[in-house]
Amino acid sequence: MRQAILGDDSLTFAEKVISLRADGGERVRHPGDITILPADLAMAQDSTGPLAIRVFREMGVEKLWDPSRVHLVIDHTYPAADEKVANLHSFMREFVRQQGCHIVEGSISHQHLMEHHIVPGMVLFGADSHTCQGGALGAFATGIGSSEMAALWSTGKLWARVPESVKVNLSGEFKKGVYARDIISHFIGMVGEDGGNYLSLEWKGPSVKTLTMASRACISNNSMECGCKLSVFEVDATTEEYLQSVNRKPMSEVHAGKKATYRDEHEIELGKLEPQVAEPGNVDKVKTVGEVEGTPIDQSFIGSSTNGRIEDLVVAARILKGRKVKAGTRCIITPASVNVFEQAIKKGLAEIFLESGAVFTNATCGACVGTHLGVLGENEVCISSSPRNYMGRMGATSAKIYLASPATCAAAAIEGKIADPRKYL
Amino acid sequence: MTTSTILRGRAWVWPDDVNTDIIIPFRFKARTNDPYEMAKYAMYGFDPEFYKKVKQGDLFVAGRNFGGGSSREQAPVAIKYAGVAAVVAESFARIFYRNAFAIGLPALEIPGISKEVKQFDELEVNLQDWSVKRLKDGRVFPALKVADFLRGLMLEGGLVEYYKRHKSFPWDQLKTAPTTH
Repeated sequence: MRQAILGDDSLTFAEKVISLRADGGERVRHPGDITILPADLAMAQDSTGPLAIRVFREMGVEKLWDPSRVHLVIDHTYPAADEKVANLHSFMREFVRQQGCHIVEGSISHQHLMEHHIVPGMVLFGADSHTCQGGALGAFATGIGSSEMAALWSTGKLWARVPESVKVNLSGEFKKGVYARDIISHFIGMVGEDGGNYLSLEWKGPSVKTLTMASRACISNNSMECGCKLSVFEVDATTEEYLQSVNRKPMSEVHAGKKATYRDEHEIELGKLEPQVAEPGNVDKVKTVGEVEGTPIDQSFIGSSTNGRIEDLVVAARILKGRKVKAGTRCIITPASVNVFEQAIKKGLAEIFLESGAVFTNATCGACVGTHLGVLGENEVCISSSPRNYMGRMGATSAKIYLASPATCAAAAIEGKIADPRKYL
Repeated sequence: MTTSTILRGRAWVWPDDVNTDIIIPFRFKARTNDPYEMAKYAMYGFDPEFYKKVKQGDLFVAGRNFGGGSSREQAPVAIKYAGVAAVVAESFARIFYRNAFAIGLPALEIPGISKEVKQFDELEVNLQDWSVKRLKDGRVFPALKVADFLRGLMLEGGLVEYYKRHKSFPWDQLKTAPTTH
């Protein structure tokens, strides 16, 4: 049955993975079917984990189904910004000591799991919406809440509805100053902030092979901002190269069938994209940089699980090198993991950032969620490479957040206003 | 605790795209594990004083995509512990919807409903029929159907209550059941 499902030309990625894994993989599943999926990996972080632990204990469950598959990650407010946060971190550490599961401190969960654990074909549930980043490696990776995480911890299984799928074909080549973040921002602008709700996105087309693993991670991660359940890149040479570099092998290589049914198909020609900027309040208020150029900013934030990888920091450094952050403007640069932080130091990027006047922080979610290391005050304006620009996301309710690629954020830091990055490249 | 099947209350009407950062900002929810403390920040983005104004048994009626954004279960928890008995929306974001059932907060999807209800209209939510009645004229709006196991989970008060009672999860019974397709 396994080979028949993998080779079935009529099935999407999501249909194949769920058919392979649900209840032992005995039959083909279709959109709308409710199934029970076994998890290969379960992750919760420091703002969803404490609630999951409380619920797990309230249920009266004593032991995790498999501690080797459970990861608790302290990333959102790391290191603790105050006593209340510190106490919740202690609560997590105490649970980890009791249960013997994994704990990770100081790398963002999605980046850490990508660097160390995720493989193609894996089923990963994370108590964090951006868990869908794992789709970059061809995994079935999706976000859930704390109580469902507690249930998953006790049995290793969770219900999943088979999603309908949407195909996005990428063609052409990027123009200067345009990056993966601009693809996904443009897509969210096209379909709207609930345009992918419940859906599985499959990224296809001739240009996919030109996208690095970091760029795919950015796209899969940020796909959450249109509500999707999965956002997937199939295994190809880039995936294989990445897996080799981290010494891991796929569980299964799942390729969508050529005659699979898609609810929608979209075309994006990379050569037509300009740097994109989402205006404050909603992630789908997407404009080209030219339309918002000149808007004064107080802070530029470069980082987060969406855009805090080394390729992002390299681009930011290229723009900031030999230049200064505008007086009166803050530029905060936060890597997505300890590994990225270390690479940034080894490559000399840290020096460039500090010389430019930027603040280079430890790896954490930090400013993205307005919890520490760059919280916005009343009426402040920020441009950010993080995923969300919602009211109050990064601090004061009256603060305004524009979203853009790291390049566009770096250019804005230099000018103290939204600027086109292309003149600095 | 089993949820009563008829919920009568006044409706707070909210727009489209009410995201989880509006429902409860991160900096508050990441600093407590107490649901009553979370409730103090319910709907903070729209009104920091909301928790003082809401009455036990009030209802929410919202537009499209209620609860978009983060996976934070503190969003439905804050709403529930602030006293809100049910959320009716034109559509829900995926994770919020799952979380609402998981914590036993009734979440009914009714396309077009936000145009039919005015602020503080009295409504009756029927969890048996899965519908909403507008009391001023008796008009009934049926909600979109939901899988039986989810409705059962919600009626029993959420995963903690369900597990304590059955020592299993509501989806366990689905293993051998025929699928809907």
